[in-house]
Amino acid sequence: MAAKQKPKLAMYWAAACGGCEISVLNIGDKLLAVDEAFDVAFWPVAADFKVKDVEAYPDGYIDLCLFNGAIRTSENEEMAHLLRRKSKVLVAFGACASEGGIPALASLTTRQAIFRTVYLDNPSIDNPDGVLPQPISQVPEGELRIPTYAETVRALDQVVPVDYVMPGCPPEPHQIGAVVEAIISGATLPAPGSTILGAGNSAVCDECPLEKHEKKIQRFYRPYAINPQPGVCLLEQGLVCLGPATRCGCGALCPQVGMRCAGCYGPLDGAADQGARILAAIASVVDAGNARDDEAALMHKAQEVMDMLADPAGTFYRFSLAHSLLQRARVADPPPSPREAAPAGKEMHHETHHD
Amino acid sequence: MSEPYQPVIIGFLCNWCSYRAADLAGTARLHYAPNMRPIRVMCSGRVEPDLVLKALREGADGVLIAGCHPGECHYIEGNLKTLRRFVLLQRLLRQFGIEEERVQLVWASASEGTVLAAAVNRMTEQLRAMGPLRWRQNVLGGNGHGPAQVVSQPVTLASEEA
Repeated sequence: MAAKQKPKLAMYWAAACGGCEISVLNIGDKLLAVDEAFDVAFWPVAADFKVKDVEAYPDGYIDLCLFNGAIRTSENEEMAHLLRRKSKVLVAFGACASEGGIPALASLTTRQAIFRTVYLDNPSIDNPDGVLPQPISQVPEGELRIPTYAETVRALDQVVPVDYVMPGCPPEPHQIGAVVEAIISGATLPAPGSTILGAGNSAVCDECPLEKHEKKIQRFYRPYAINPQPGVCLLEQGLVCLGPATRCGCGALCPQVGMRCAGCYGPLDGAADQGARILAAIASVVDAGNARDDEAALMHKAQEVMDMLADPAGTFYRFSLAHSLLQRARVADPPPSPREAAPAGKEMHHETHHD
Repeated sequence: MSEPYQPVIIGFLCNWCSYRAADLAGTARLHYAPNMRPIRVMCSGRVEPDLVLKALREGADGVLIAGCHPGECHYIEGNLKTLRRFVLLQRLLRQFGIEEERVQLVWASASEGTVLAAAVNRMTEQLRAMGPLRWRQNVLGGNGHGPAQVVSQPVTLASEEA
C-alpha cells in the first residue's frame, strides 16, 4: 500500500462499448483533480491491473468503483460480485449498468438465435464446420474455458446491490465532473441504495428549448426520412422522441440538433417501465380518425398509423429493457439452421429458460 | 387433475359503461365464465400500458380492457386514446412473444351486459386453448430479475487514515 493514504478508485467495463470510459476522459482538466485525489486501484482500460490484484485486496479496499456495462456473461457477473465485495461505494455508471442499455436488447431474442446469426447464418461468415463457442474445449495444450453467455441480459443492480446510479449513454461529462468534485470535496452524498446521481428529476422536455404546441400527429417518420424543421418539437413533427418519458440531465443535446431523444437517461422517478410510459405518450398524441367514425374505420386508421413504427419494442426500450416489466421476450426456439446439423460435441450445451 | 385449466383474466372496466354492463349481467343473472377479475377504473383511457404489462408479468393469462363505444366517452375522447394505445401495445406485445388474444379491447355500454359476458366467454375459451402464460416461471425462469437486496451502509469516502 502506498504511504500516502489516498482513496482508491476503480473503473470496470462489463458488457459495454467503451463510451463510458471516454466520457470520463471527457471531463477535461478535472481529470487531473481525480488523479490528485485518488489512487487508481483497478482500471483495465487505463492501467495494467489484473483480476488477481483485485482478489488480493482486502474487502472494502476500493473506495469508489465506477462499474459500466450490463451483465451478459458469467465473467461480467463474477466481476460484479468481486468488485461489490472489494468496494465501499459501487456506482452503476452509464445506461448499460443502470438499465441494461443497448446490450439488453439481446433479450428480445435468444442466445441460440444470436449465435446462429453471428457464427453460422451471416453471409460473410466462413465457418464450414459450424463451430460455436464452447464454455470448455479440449486442446492439445489442455482445457480451455471461456465465460458462458446468459440468455437474459441484466442491469448491475439485478446482480449485486448498487449504491449510486449515474445514468446516460454515456453520462454527460459535466455531470461526471460535478459528481467527482462533490466526492473529492467531501460533500455528503445522498443516502446510498440505487440513488440517482448526476441527473435531473424531470423529463428531457423540461430542458429542451424546442418550441412546443398542442401535439397532434397523423404519421411517424424514421429519423432518416425527414429533415426536421429547426426549433420545433420533434414529436410534433412525427419523430418518435422519448423526451416525455426520459429523465433529464443531459441538457436535451440530441433534440437540439434534430435527433430524437433515444431515452438513454432512463425512466423518470416513479415510472416502473420507461417503454410503457413512452408508448402511452406517443399513442395519445396520434390523431387518427374521430369519434364520429364507425368503430371498424377507427380501428383501421389507428392501425395504419401505428404500422409506421418499425420497431416499437426496440425504440421504446432502447436502453431500459433489463429494467422493464416484462424484461425479455418469450421466444419459441427457431427451427434449426441447415448449417447447424453439427456433429456431437459442437452444439451448445446450455439449458434454456423459456419454453 | 380432471378440472379444466382456468385462465385468469384481469378486466379493467370503465366506471361509466362496462362496469355497469358487468353489474347488469349480474342482476340479469346471465351465466358467463367466472374467469375475469374486474377492476373498476374511471375511464378506459386511464389504463396505462404499465398496468397491462404488470398484470401479465404478475401471473394474469390475459387482460381485458372494456370502455364506452367511440363517441360515448364520459370524458369526450378518453376511449379514442385507449384505442390508439391498445393498437400500439398489441404491436409491442407481439415483439415480446405474447399472442394478441391475451390482451383484448371491447366496447360495452351500460346496457350491454350480454356483450360484455360474451366477450369474457370468448376470451376465456381462447386463453384456455392457448394454455397458461406464467411469465415469471416460464419466461423469466423463477422470480425474474428484481433488484438485488441493498445491504450497504452509508460510508464516507475520505480515507480514515488520511
